Amino acid sequence: MMARACPTSTAPVIVTAPATDRRHCLCRSQSRNQRRLVPTKGIPAMFRTLCLAAALMGSAALSAMPALAQSGPLRITITDGVIEPLPFAAPVFTDEGGAGELSAAITQLVAADLEGTGLFRQIDPSAYIGGTSFDAPVAYENWKAINAQALITGAVTASGGKIQVKFRLFDVFSGQPLGEGLQFAGTEADWRRMAHKVADQIYSRITGEGPYFDSRVVYVSESGPKNARQKRLAISDYDGANVQYLTDSSTIVIAPRFSPDGNRILFTSFETGFPRIKLMDIGSMASKPLADLQGNMTFAPRFSPDASSVIFSLEQGGNTDLYAMNLRGGGISQLTNSPAIETAPSYSPDSSQIVFESDRSGTQQIYVMPAGGGEPTRISFGEGRYSTPVWSPRGDMIAFTKQNKGRFHIGVMRVDGSEERLLTSSFLDEGPTWAPNGRVIMFTRESAGAAGGAQLYSVDISGRALRAVPMKGAASDPSWSPLLP
Amino acid sequence: MNKITISLLLIGALALSACNNPNKYGKGAGAAGLNGAGAGGIGVGGLGDPNDPNSPAYFAQTIGDKVHFVVDQSTLTPEARGILTSQANWLGQHPGYTAIIEGHADEQGTREYNLALGARRATAVQEFLIANGVAGNRLRTVSYGKERPLAVCSDEQCYSQNRRAVTVISAGAGV
Repeated sequence: MMARACPTSTAPVIVTAPATDRRHCLCRSQSRNQRRLVPTKGIPAMFRTLCLAAALMGSAALSAMPALAQSGPLRITITDGVIEPLPFAAPVFTDEGGAGELSAAITQLVAADLEGTGLFRQIDPSAYIGGTSFDAPVAYENWKAINAQALITGAVTASGGKIQVKFRLFDVFSGQPLGEGLQFAGTEADWRRMAHKVADQIYSRITGEGPYFDSRVVYVSESGPKNARQKRLAISDYDGANVQYLTDSSTIVIAPRFSPDGNRILFTSFETGFPRIKLMDIGSMASKPLADLQGNMTFAPRFSPDASSVIFSLEQGGNTDLYAMNLRGGGISQLTNSPAIETAPSYSPDSSQIVFESDRSGTQQIYVMPAGGGEPTRISFGEGRYSTPVWSPRGDMIAFTKQNKGRFHIGVMRVDGSEERLLTSSFLDEGPTWAPNGRVIMFTRESAGAAGGAQLYSVDISGRALRAVPMKGAASDPSWSPLLP
Repeated sequence: MNKITISLLLIGALALSACNNPNKYGKGAGAAGLNGAGAGGIGVGGLGDPNDPNSPAYFAQTIGDKVHFVVDQSTLTPEARGILTSQANWLGQHPGYTAIIEGHADEQGTREYNLALGARRATAVQEFLIANGVAGNRLRTVSYGKERPLAVCSDEQCYSQNRRAVTVISAGAGV
């Protein structure tokens, strides 16, 4: 047994349980309705990378796809053309003492996380044959009979406000466990996080992608009529649960952004009567001006991924340029100097480059420049206006908003501007933010008209699984947190 | 007390609540209560007599406190220049007033860009007023981007009203 230290007191403890270590590749067979789990032990890493790239980007993307870390104990990759979600069975986790309704709730949340990706489909539990017990040997034939390709079993123990959640994942068609069984321990209040952790493990093992369910979103909660909208900062789990309000509605707030450690947020507030950047510690909800910055208006702040600086827009005399503030020394440097509007900046994951929008060409377009400033390179060349570029945490893509012919789109492109792909289309979509694994995007969708309102939506980078995020009430300007510890 | 003194007192009291009030657009109903024009409006609209050339109501309604812009532009139209010339004359005759110029955008744009665009529009107005004799230290700009539309429908009829700069005056020196 190996135990990993937990970084914070509230984080569930992860304990690994012994199991086999085998590599698999999930490949879709020629027959449309038959997908098999094929062991890939001995298949070169390159093949597996290709497999994934094809699934997510189409064949043209192969050469540019970065090789993924191959360090995971077990990897399954999804082949191209996944249209049919993978059917899985998840019998209600065994109550091993005191769990009561929590067992079913956790099981349902694990299934909901997986189904929400559009990659998985839960088989109706009424079709399950025979009972299950967490410790009993798996009767694979019962699961094959209902065409389950993955089986998730689990057990929950609750006592004195603490709970333990155990789970195992099985590849039904090869009759093997898929990775090690794991156990999470935490407080009962964190039960949703533990379910997300379980689902993250399953998602990662089957797709080879990084996890993202155990994460949060900070956003602007909206209420009131369109011409007097009230706005306040809110934070919730990625699925809209556990909402907490961080400010009241007494002043307009816009566009919050997480710090790299997820403990602080930058945002723009009209509290003084003029838009100014503020910095809030989420734990204490205490906020203060970022710094005594010059300028008539400061806005669009983002942290650098290495937490060494903040980049932002500063408007003076009607002209908006990009500036950076060093968080260690406090020094301010001006990064752009043009009569155009430069805003919506975003650092590359290694903090060496900045992507931003500028209308120096006459309309909003996307540019990349070195983090210290310097000559920008335009990367958007399609029809229409491009804005709000956001660098993927994996470094491989840039998400953006595009306006063309009266419609708004969320799209992705390579960092050199190639392979642009629009994922959505509506009256008004804007402001993408990346899931921690760089494979899902959340954004604001606003409906038209006097009664129109904002809602958060998510979509994956293939354009699949477009859905409204069930936030409580109207919401805009999402920023996705890093994965929680 | 003569009529002008009374109205100035009223204006002064109103200015305290309307000028650069951080909550002006915060609690929707609070701001709306002060302006006769209704939605998302201008704090001085409801008081004073629009027929009294010395009143803020005259400035807001008779001269016109708003100018409008074409899509994604901050260039002043000939019509806007006419209104702003009258605003500059009024401000020249009433040195006791200062103004905050609000820049606004319609909803057809991304949030942060629209903040920057609103700042451009407000600055275009500010520069015109300065060029026409108003001291720079009496003027300040603020952008609301697309946060405070005046008209709420989603077509050009409303958008054209929302692409605006509003000169909000208040009694008092300096801004």
